[in-house]
Amino acid sequence: MPAVQTKSISCPNCGGPVQLRGFAHTLTVVCPQCSSILDASTPEVQILQKFEQKTQITPTIPLGSRGKIGGTQYEVIGFQIRQVAEGEDNYTWNEYLLFNPYHGFRYLTEYNGHWNFVHVETALPEQTRARGKVAVRYEGKAYLAFDSMTAQTVYVLGEFPWRVQVGESVACQDFVAPPSMLSAESTGGEITWSLAEYMSGAQIWQAFKLPGSPPRVFGVFANQPSPYGGSIGSAWRTWLWLNVALAALMLFFMFISPGRVAYSDHYAYSQANKGNSAFVTPTFQLKGRESNVELSIHTDLDNNWAYFNFALINDQTGQTFDFAREVSYYHDSDGIEGSRNNSVIIPGVPSGQYYLRVEPEMETNSAFMSYQLELRRNVPNFALFGIAALLLLIPPIVTTFRRGSFEAARWRESDFAASIAKAGASA
Amino acid sequence: MSSPAANCPNCGAPVKFLWSSAVQTTCEFCHSILVRTDVDLKKVGEVADLPADASPIQIGTEGAYQNKSFVVVGRIMYEYEQGGWNEWHIVFNDGSSGWLADAQLEYDLSWLSTAPGPLPPEPDRYQTIQRQGKTFEVTSITKAHYKGVQGELPFEYWDKADMMFADLRSTTGDFATLDYSERPPLLFVGRAVDFDDLHLKNLREFEGWT
Repeated sequence: MPAVQTKSISCPNCGGPVQLRGFAHTLTVVCPQCSSILDASTPEVQILQKFEQKTQITPTIPLGSRGKIGGTQYEVIGFQIRQVAEGEDNYTWNEYLLFNPYHGFRYLTEYNGHWNFVHVETALPEQTRARGKVAVRYEGKAYLAFDSMTAQTVYVLGEFPWRVQVGESVACQDFVAPPSMLSAESTGGEITWSLAEYMSGAQIWQAFKLPGSPPRVFGVFANQPSPYGGSIGSAWRTWLWLNVALAALMLFFMFISPGRVAYSDHYAYSQANKGNSAFVTPTFQLKGRESNVELSIHTDLDNNWAYFNFALINDQTGQTFDFAREVSYYHDSDGIEGSRNNSVIIPGVPSGQYYLRVEPEMETNSAFMSYQLELRRNVPNFALFGIAALLLLIPPIVTTFRRGSFEAARWRESDFAASIAKAGASA
Repeated sequence: MSSPAANCPNCGAPVKFLWSSAVQTTCEFCHSILVRTDVDLKKVGEVADLPADASPIQIGTEGAYQNKSFVVVGRIMYEYEQGGWNEWHIVFNDGSSGWLADAQLEYDLSWLSTAPGPLPPEPDRYQTIQRQGKTFEVTSITKAHYKGVQGELPFEYWDKADMMFADLRSTTGDFATLDYSERPPLLFVGRAVDFDDLHLKNLREFEGWT
C-alpha cells in the first residue's frame, strides 16, 4: 500500500489553501487566511464557525514544528488559547496539539513560562483522601485536589481531531502530585482524565530546536517540582553523613591523641591544717607542639563543695595560666545535684617544664576531702566538634525553610489555599 | 487446518483466507461481502469504498502482545457523531482471535468474554460490572453505526443500523466494551495498550514521516 498522502483543501469562505497535517484524523481545521473553522471530515468542506480573530497570534512553537519528547517525534498541528474568567481569577493559557501518526495525540500547555506535556489517560483514577484532603489515587500515587475552574476556548489555530469551537467551555479540575498533575475535563456527562508532566522552557526549546532562549518563568506552577523537594531529604541525609564523619573524626582524634598523662597524684585536704592550704606540685614535662592541657579533678565529696584555684606555671619562663574550678556534689531523696568530678581544658600551652600551684578551699566546718589531680597533654576538644555539628545544621534547615516557602507559593494559587498549605509544606 | 482458497462468486477472483475460522470476508477486487457456507462462498452484499482513514494498521499488520504474536485479518469501521474508530480483527498464533481497537490512535486490545455474570440490559453511565476480579465502570456510551468492513471476521456483519456501545474502564488500565447489537449484549474485556507495547510491523506509511 502506498504511503498515506497529506492533503490540502480549499477554504469555502476565502478560497485559500488549507494544508492538513493530521491526515484523516482531522475533523476541524482553521483557515490560516480567514480564520474560518472548517469541517474537514467530509469532502464537501463546510464552514462551522466564522469569527473575527482581531489579532493574529503567533504561537511560541509555530504550527508544523516537530520535536522529540520521550523518544517520540511529534508535530505541532493545533493551537488554542483557553481562558478562565471567574471573578478575580482571570487568566489564559496556551495549548498545543501534538501529533504522531503512530503514537497519536499529545498536548503541551504553556503558562507564564511553565510547560506541561499531557497525555489523555484511559485508566480511571479513584476518589480518595490524602493528608486529610480530597484527592485521587492513580497508578499508586495520590494527587491532591488543587483547583477547579471553567475554561473557555477563545482562540484557535490549525487542526483538531474533534469539533473545536471558539466559545466552548469545559469544567476542569486539577489534582497535583509534582511533577505530575491529573486533570478531569467534563463535557456533556463524559469525563476525560489527562496526565500532565511538568517540563521546563529549556526542555521545550531543546526538543523543538527553537531559536533564542525560553521566556522568563513567573511564579510557582501547580505541579512544578520543588527545587528543594528532592534536596530536602538529601540535605538531611547529607547532614546525617557529615555527623557520622564528624563522629569518626572525633574517634580518630581520641585514638591518635588520647591525652598522655603528664602528671597525676592523690591529695588530702583537711580543715585541721588551716591557714594556707596552697601548695605546689613537683615539676613535670609538657612535650610536643603547643597544645592544650586538661586538668581533671576527682574528689570524694559528699553533700559538700570545694573550690580550687590553680596556676599552671612554666618553671623556665614563668609564664602562668591561672584558672579555677568548683566541685560540688549533693544528693538527697529528691535526687543528685552536681558531680564529684570536674575538669578544665587550657588551650595553647607551649611545651616546657611546668609545675602546678593548687589552692583548695572548703567550708570552714567541713572536715576532710581526698582528691586526685590528673593533668593530660593534648586532649581532643569535644566542644569544637559540638560547634561543628551545630554549623552543619544550617544547610538542611535553610533548605527546609526554602521548601516551605516554595510550597506556600504553590498553594497560594490553589482553591484550597489556606487548608492545604501546611500539609504541602510539611511533606 | 489449512487456509482454503476459493473464488469470489461475483468476480471469480481468488479469495484467500488467513484464518481458518473466518465466517465472512471481503473480495479484494470487487468488494463483495462474502459469507462462507458449507460448500462455497455466498455474496451477501457489497462494501462501498472505505472512507479515507489514517489508522497506521492495515490487513496483514503483524504484532505481538505478551509474547503471543498476531496478525491483522479484518476490520470493522465504525462511525459516530464525533468521528470514527476501527476494530481490527486479529488472530493469534494459537488460532484464537481478538480485537485491536484504534480510536484516534488510542489502542485497546479485547477479547469476547463468555464468562457468566450479570450484564446491564441497557447501557447506563456509571454502571459497574465485575469481571476477572476487577470492577469496570461505564465511562462513555456511544451510538455508532457500521461504516465499512474489510477482510475476515468471526461472524456475519453487514448491518448498517445504529447500535449502542458502552465503554468501561477499571482503575488499573483494564478495558471492556458492551456491544448492544445483540441481546443480551456481548462483552469484550481487555486492556488499554501503548503503541510500543504492540510491537507492530508491516504498518502503513505516512507522507513526511519515516
